[in-house]
Amino acid sequence: MEIHVELKTVSKMFCGCKNDPFGADKPNIYTCPVCLGLPGALPVPNRKAVEWAVLLGLALNCEIPLFSKFDRKNYFYPDLPKGYQISQYDQPFAVRGFLDITVGNEKKRIGITRVHLEEDTGKLMHATVDDPTSPSGLRGASKKVSLIDFNRSGVPLVEIVTEADIRSSEEARIFLKKLHQIIRYLEISDADMEKGSMRLEPNISVQKIQSRLNRDKIQKLPPYKVEVKNINSFSFAKKAIDFETDRHIAILETGKYPQQETRGWDEKKGVTFSQRSKEEAQDYRYFPEPDIPPIRWSKSQISNFKALIPELPDTRIARFIKEYGLSEYDATVLTEDKKTADYFEKAVKSKTIPAKTVANWIINKKADISKLSPEGLVNLIQAKTQKLPMSEKDLEEVINKVLAVNSKAVVDYKAGKESAIMFLLGQVMRQSHGRADATTTRKILENKLK
Amino acid sequence: MADKNTKLTPEEIYKLAKLANLSLNEEQIKKLADSVSSILSYVSQLQSLNTANIEETAQVTGQENVFREDIVDNERMLTQEEALSNAKDKHNGYFMVKAIFEEE
Amino acid sequence: MITDKSIKEIHLGLRKKEFSCEELIKETYGNIEKYDSRINSAITIVDKKTVLDKARQTDNGKKEFDLLTGMPFVLKDVYVTRGIRTTCASNVLADYIPQYDATVYKKLLDLGALLIGKMNQDAWGHGGSTENTDFGPTHNPWDLKRVAGGSSGGPAAAISGRMTVFAIGEDTGGSIRNPAAWCNITGLKVTCGRVSRYGAIAYASSFDTIGPMGKSAEDCAVILERIAGKDPYDATSSPASVPKYTSFLNKPLKGRKIALPKDLLGKGLDVEIKNAILKAVNKFAEIGAEIEEVTMPIFDYGLAVYYVIAPCETSSNLARYDGIRYGFDRSKFTEETIRRIMIGTYALSAGYYDAFYRKAQKARTLFIKAYQDILSKYDAILMPVNPTPPTVIGELMSDPLQNLLADFYTVTQNPVGVPSLAVPCGFTKDKLPIGMQLIGKMFTEELLLNIGHQYQQVTEWHKQKPDIIS
Repeated sequence: MEIHVELKTVSKMFCGCKNDPFGADKPNIYTCPVCLGLPGALPVPNRKAVEWAVLLGLALNCEIPLFSKFDRKNYFYPDLPKGYQISQYDQPFAVRGFLDITVGNEKKRIGITRVHLEEDTGKLMHATVDDPTSPSGLRGASKKVSLIDFNRSGVPLVEIVTEADIRSSEEARIFLKKLHQIIRYLEISDADMEKGSMRLEPNISVQKIQSRLNRDKIQKLPPYKVEVKNINSFSFAKKAIDFETDRHIAILETGKYPQQETRGWDEKKGVTFSQRSKEEAQDYRYFPEPDIPPIRWSKSQISNFKALIPELPDTRIARFIKEYGLSEYDATVLTEDKKTADYFEKAVKSKTIPAKTVANWIINKKADISKLSPEGLVNLIQAKTQKLPMSEKDLEEVINKVLAVNSKAVVDYKAGKESAIMFLLGQVMRQSHGRADATTTRKILENKLK
Repeated sequence: MADKNTKLTPEEIYKLAKLANLSLNEEQIKKLADSVSSILSYVSQLQSLNTANIEETAQVTGQENVFREDIVDNERMLTQEEALSNAKDKHNGYFMVKAIFEEE
Repeated sequence: MITDKSIKEIHLGLRKKEFSCEELIKETYGNIEKYDSRINSAITIVDKKTVLDKARQTDNGKKEFDLLTGMPFVLKDVYVTRGIRTTCASNVLADYIPQYDATVYKKLLDLGALLIGKMNQDAWGHGGSTENTDFGPTHNPWDLKRVAGGSSGGPAAAISGRMTVFAIGEDTGGSIRNPAAWCNITGLKVTCGRVSRYGAIAYASSFDTIGPMGKSAEDCAVILERIAGKDPYDATSSPASVPKYTSFLNKPLKGRKIALPKDLLGKGLDVEIKNAILKAVNKFAEIGAEIEEVTMPIFDYGLAVYYVIAPCETSSNLARYDGIRYGFDRSKFTEETIRRIMIGTYALSAGYYDAFYRKAQKARTLFIKAYQDILSKYDAILMPVNPTPPTVIGELMSDPLQNLLADFYTVTQNPVGVPSLAVPCGFTKDKLPIGMQLIGKMFTEELLLNIGHQYQQVTEWHKQKPDIIS
């Protein structure tokens, strides 16, 4: 699987142009000599984009080589202004990582081959325009053209490449969701697939399983692969992979191999279609980018980067279970995105309401958390719940009051009349309007009367 | 591979031209097959230089870790009109090229 | 002529009102009108009226101004100039009007220097004779049937022809030094990273350097201290502080050690050039420098290293010229340029990368070592600039391989990054200029300019001008 993610830095990768291609209301308004590939212009890398690429590598458990550099990937396309893309070839920012996913009840490790940084291309649109030069001389003659907008040209783009460890469309979907979640946790990209700020390219090949036991231990990959582009949601990724595997199986059963190629995904028809044959393999003629000095990290810089990584979903789930006594399901739902998880933690901080109750309110969406502050939610729950649980402090206060007024019952209990405690418990319940938790109250009473 | 008698065929020249996005006529291809080959043969003398255990040099400034801060540089940004000012073909603020058929 | 004078002299003349800036500008335009139809040094001349207006402003302006204020200059047509056509001598950019300014041009504009013209060159820097140009070859003012050298031939010929006071050239494998030597002017190839390349149309990025061309080492020092320095728009530009180059010029050479690579003065070198170099050696000895003979056997591989790496980088640098955003399409490249693109494409392609590109980058490391070995013991290395006097127009273009061999002495400094100053050191019996070069350690331009200046204090070569310029 190859995944491209646009970073949400304020400026572009190699120049100071505004990085907001989706927000631009006109084409070609966020360009400069650098990202338009004008003669004589030179790139200077964006420090934040480089740091974010390293952060993502670390979050995916990668090694960060101490030496790294940019390279030129040479190919021609109208949306590539310089005729080469500044990318990274043999010394990317991060290598040899992994991401653990859960498929059904099984844990599975997906290898991350590399994470590297590059620049996005411009955007092509296809249109039909009037053609006044038409040889037919007819009025209203038109021609098919492609239109180019370079607002996106030079936007920082991270590419993540996985090992060939993904065995099914479902594994792919789970992996992608988790990757998406981590990127959002790092707050380095919107990773919005509809806007194209996260783009998925599964590379698919099919092979007969020799033995069920060795399902994951494939010695040798099949001698072909098909890359699918233009996928803009996780479910489409799953569908495209399913479509392809069925197509490959049908071909393989005739004793042939599917053609190695790049295919596009047609979401309306739910099919893939041939785009570009890879028979004539592209020769990108990579070589070190002479305009950008290489990058060398010290070990302390890398530990500083590590310190910048926020608590990631897996760790947070475990902590929510342990710290707040949540079920795995609740913890998982709450940590799905960082905002919700942060919201939850702010709400439970006041400790007026048990974590479980807060979780329940958020998960079952009894309140619109996008409009309500965490404090507001706490108040709302308090107001709307008759049996609002009490804080320990409040409970103690009530208990102390009850004990002070009912000295007879206290004396009785201390003299051995155990039923007296039931009377005291009843008083606490009454005084607290039923908000006190019986078990907790009984425990406290027993302690106090020892 | 590369030796003193590197001689490229017209087919190889044609392939290179395609990679370099150059459209050449037959006469150009024939001429280039000779002159490119003679220069490649000349530079192939590098093969006789002993470079065992020698690192490659790609840059000589000795600089490392040169970055710019993540700030918008309004001064350098071009207006749409400036960006398009040298384009031969444009349409509604876009650069225009002959249709590229990749999708459908 | 005013333009015979040094920058300092002209500056003083302007301040003392011995002559006006208007007169100075009129003289340069006058010389262009008189000589350039035969020399063809310019591709684009800046509108005379506009420049004269600026000259008059200088005359009526402040009494205290910079040495370069009001000073006419020309640019090799490799620098982008906002609103002024920039062609790189190629029809691909025949109508390109840049939307921004090169850093070096902006620095000179800010000082009040006056741009006169955008000068002829080999297209994209691809050549050493200013014949590979879509604007007709530049003729050598010393002998109009001969080439001016290249690739910065236009700027060199323009200084020689007194159409400007100074020029900014660009040197990738001798492009400043070669025409300087053949036109009897002084030119400096700076240390890689010393001057910002932002806005200089790239030939081979890791070799390209931006440097001054003028009538003397002193003029070059004046210019360099104003154009050098870190540029946030060029990541490879050096943060090293910029010395006041002019303050080093008058240091005596006593005790300075100069290396003379004896093995480079043999086969292939014109005898008259060899003799001129040996005479210069004596001159240096007279003024206190110590000259010792050394050898540089690795030089045999210099052209091979250059003619692999430079085409590789240029094949990529020229990929942006697709005719979509500016200029015309790729069918307008000349045969020489197409050849270099093809060689580079081949040397980077799968299966050949290791044998060509990688091998050349390793050889480059050996060259760095070879230069370091000598420069750790000596202040400078002295050697010729060109193996022959200027060639007759058409001579080199007919044979690409011979054309390549003409760059023998100047192509090894760029892969290494070291600075090199080209200084006039004599004439052939046919009165064709001869130049020598002084190569120094990284970032020791002040020393090279010092040596060049001291030499020019005791010689008159650099003061000679072509017979036709009167």
